Amino acid sequence: MTDGGVLTTIRTILARPSGLVGGLIVGAHILVALLAPVIVPFDPALQDVKAILQAPSAEHWLGTDRLGRDILSRTLMGGREAMLISTVSTIVAMAWGSILGIALALVGGRTDAIVMRSVDAMMSIPWVLLVMLFVAVLGTGTAALVPVLGFSYGLSVVYLSRAAALDFVARDFILAAQARGHSRWSIVRTELFPNVRDSLAVQGAMQWSWILLAVSSLSFLGMGVAPPTPDWGQMISDARGVMQLAPWALIWPMIALSSLVIGMNLLVDAWAQAIGVDRTRRKVET
Amino acid sequence: MSAPLLEARGLRIGYAQRVGTGPRVIDDVSLSIGRGDSLGIAGESGSGKSTLLLALMGVVRKGLVAQAGDVTLETRALLGQRDEDLLDLRGGRIALIPQNAAVSLTPTLRIGAQIDEALRRHSQLEALARRQRIAELLERVQLPDPAVIARRFPHELSGGQVQRAAIAMALAGDPALLLMDEPTTGLDVTTQLALLDLMIGLRQDRNMAIVCVSHDLGVLAKLCDRVAVMYAGALVEEGPAERLLSQPTHPYTAALLNSLPTLRHPGLPGAISGTPPLPSDLPSGCRFAPRCATATPECHSARPLLLARTGGVFSACIHPIADRKMLKATAKPPAFAETQTVLQVGGLFVAYGRRHGLARLLRLGRPNEVVTDVSFDLRRGEILGLVGESGSGKSTILRAIAGIQKPAAGTIVLTTREGAVTPLPGPMGERPLELLQRIQMVFQNPDSSLNPRHTILKLLAQPLQLYGRVPAAELRNRAAALLDAVQLRENFLDRYASQLSGGERQRVAIARAFAAEPDLLLCDEITTALDVSVQATVLRLVRDLAHERHVGAIFVSHDLAVVRAIADRIAVLRNGKVVEIGKAADVCERPEDPYTRTLLGAVLEPEVLQPAEGAATGQLR
Repeated sequence: MTDGGVLTTIRTILARPSGLVGGLIVGAHILVALLAPVIVPFDPALQDVKAILQAPSAEHWLGTDRLGRDILSRTLMGGREAMLISTVSTIVAMAWGSILGIALALVGGRTDAIVMRSVDAMMSIPWVLLVMLFVAVLGTGTAALVPVLGFSYGLSVVYLSRAAALDFVARDFILAAQARGHSRWSIVRTELFPNVRDSLAVQGAMQWSWILLAVSSLSFLGMGVAPPTPDWGQMISDARGVMQLAPWALIWPMIALSSLVIGMNLLVDAWAQAIGVDRTRRKVET
Repeated sequence: MSAPLLEARGLRIGYAQRVGTGPRVIDDVSLSIGRGDSLGIAGESGSGKSTLLLALMGVVRKGLVAQAGDVTLETRALLGQRDEDLLDLRGGRIALIPQNAAVSLTPTLRIGAQIDEALRRHSQLEALARRQRIAELLERVQLPDPAVIARRFPHELSGGQVQRAAIAMALAGDPALLLMDEPTTGLDVTTQLALLDLMIGLRQDRNMAIVCVSHDLGVLAKLCDRVAVMYAGALVEEGPAERLLSQPTHPYTAALLNSLPTLRHPGLPGAISGTPPLPSDLPSGCRFAPRCATATPECHSARPLLLARTGGVFSACIHPIADRKMLKATAKPPAFAETQTVLQVGGLFVAYGRRHGLARLLRLGRPNEVVTDVSFDLRRGEILGLVGESGSGKSTILRAIAGIQKPAAGTIVLTTREGAVTPLPGPMGERPLELLQRIQMVFQNPDSSLNPRHTILKLLAQPLQLYGRVPAAELRNRAAALLDAVQLRENFLDRYASQLSGGERQRVAIARAFAAEPDLLLCDEITTALDVSVQATVLRLVRDLAHERHVGAIFVSHDLAVVRAIADRIAVLRNGKVVEIGKAADVCERPEDPYTRTLLGAVLEPEVLQPAEGAATGQLR
């Protein structure tokens, strides 16, 4: 935000119920993820053969899984890796996607058409296939996931940023800057980017929650976060077989994962509205 | 006297609020329209005229609510009814032609089908009879080849044709009352005149009442018998058009007329200072008092009532203008003295809007707009007006000079302040920064030409840094000086364009152009998006700055009266050719080309006030 600054935007977001609830959920998740190593009662990888599939008790508040690992500790720690992968992948996707998208909007013409059709073609390849390919070559883990997720999610960012920039490319202020003699790069930096920045930021947050789901799904399939690092997707997959014996092993990682995704969506929703509201409010005030 | 056809009494419309009453957009407006009457509603943007027009057919826009008053058509109440209950009336007894018909018609339906829709609802005709009726209607609005037009889609018609199609559609229900919102905005002058003549004919034929909202007093003077002037949601004056426009009793009406550039009284029109109040912040007394030259302390405390004056005029003013002393305040332009040439354009050809592939095969899309063999020159401090209808190539010439559009042939030679004579390369990419600086352009719409994400300081600093390499410490002072030159206060520097009014924005755009210290200023329809009262200020600024700073200016406009007011010389363009060029007075008073005469004849002006004896007083306030 240019006028009220970031603080005004945050205040506008939190003034909405969805923004407040979403903000609290996401904030709590981030806090837990940061503090987890300090606050967990047990080592999340520690297997205790004497305490397999225990129901919640004073010792293990949320019970234990089929290898006797503490569910509470694993749930608290289980989001860290996935959130880290999502964050790095989102940055990668947004960086190359938005630069290419904005450049295409400015260049236009045949180059634009050719590149966009190639983007279409690549979008038609299911990303799970790409992941399998990468995992087969690089093994599981962050190193394999970030490039492939950053690439495949960047494709839709190309679309979105190109559309956002096209809105402004036709405006006279771009033409005026060209006629004044500003360089292309300075036009992108000072004229175009400030106008698309907000919608790209919102889009980035949305992408983040999608990538988080993707990482969790991959972990569920055994191609994501590799043991012994605890992960929600992995935990859900693990607990699936003993669902009737020990539902607690399944429920908690599910709640953790879905609450983060829901919270992020609420937050993004309020954010998008806050930007819209902000624009109209400024108009009324004139 | 027979009962009126439509009557509005004590109408109050305000913003809907959960508690209490919101700010009023329409305040205590009463109107009555008899059968076959024609009433024009005039006012600046934001005066509430469109809201009032909609309320006359019982429509209150979302977010607004009718707080008091009623609207009755014959005996039926229209306000506060459910929309379903009024379906038989709307499009039937009352029809609306919304602003910008091109957008209000359904783009995916053929013209004939859209009229048929209205016919099915409001008549019992069989399919075959309806088809015949559609052809009749299209013929009645003087569209050529009705059968062909009926099969066209809206985007396949020209602006004037779309407007006529919209009228035909409105006539389908055989209305007793036709409401029109800015019916001629965006049309060429000759098209506008033909359309108004059509409306006058239709009204007489059908004894149909017309209520027309427009910002253009000339249009209202031509079309309507009575005119009502709105200001900040209230009627300030109402009466017979001729009387009201020639002898206004309300200072606002007078000021509005005064701000209108006219051919009859050349020179710059007077501006109205300040801006209209917002609905949320209305002054307690007379709403016009803060901007009124004749306001006294009581004007600020008491709300004047709409009282009868001589000649059937009603006006709401404590100090009505009694005599004809209100002036057409025009300062004669100073004699033009400079001789140094700044620009020579020779044999300019521009081909433009080439169609490709399918569009070319089907002959769709924009016609080739072409500039053919245009030559003229411009001296320092001189303002050349380029005037013509849409498609005449006037903007294309400007863009070719700016380097935005590459000319196909011809020379454009710039003589700089230092006396260097430089032929300009075609596209701007090939021009060095030093040359780009010499030519600055002001665009039609400041909403689009000012980056919404920059403060005014940043907007003005850009050219200063780019060309002058002004050190950061000095930027603020230099920008403030530029704002001062366009009569804006320094505290605007930290605002955003969206926080300024339209006129203020355009003044910022002008300040930005002068920041480059150009030799040549290009103005592309720069007042088209502005209210008349604001237009006057902008015209005055451009002229004064061009003269003071020895800048040659080219002023493109579709409005001959505006060009006449500001330009030293005028070039009239038609289909990409200059048909006449000469001193402004000669072109307007002794036109040689028949097309110039046609254009002049199509200019609509209300019968304007006589200039008072003695010196002109300049601006109203």
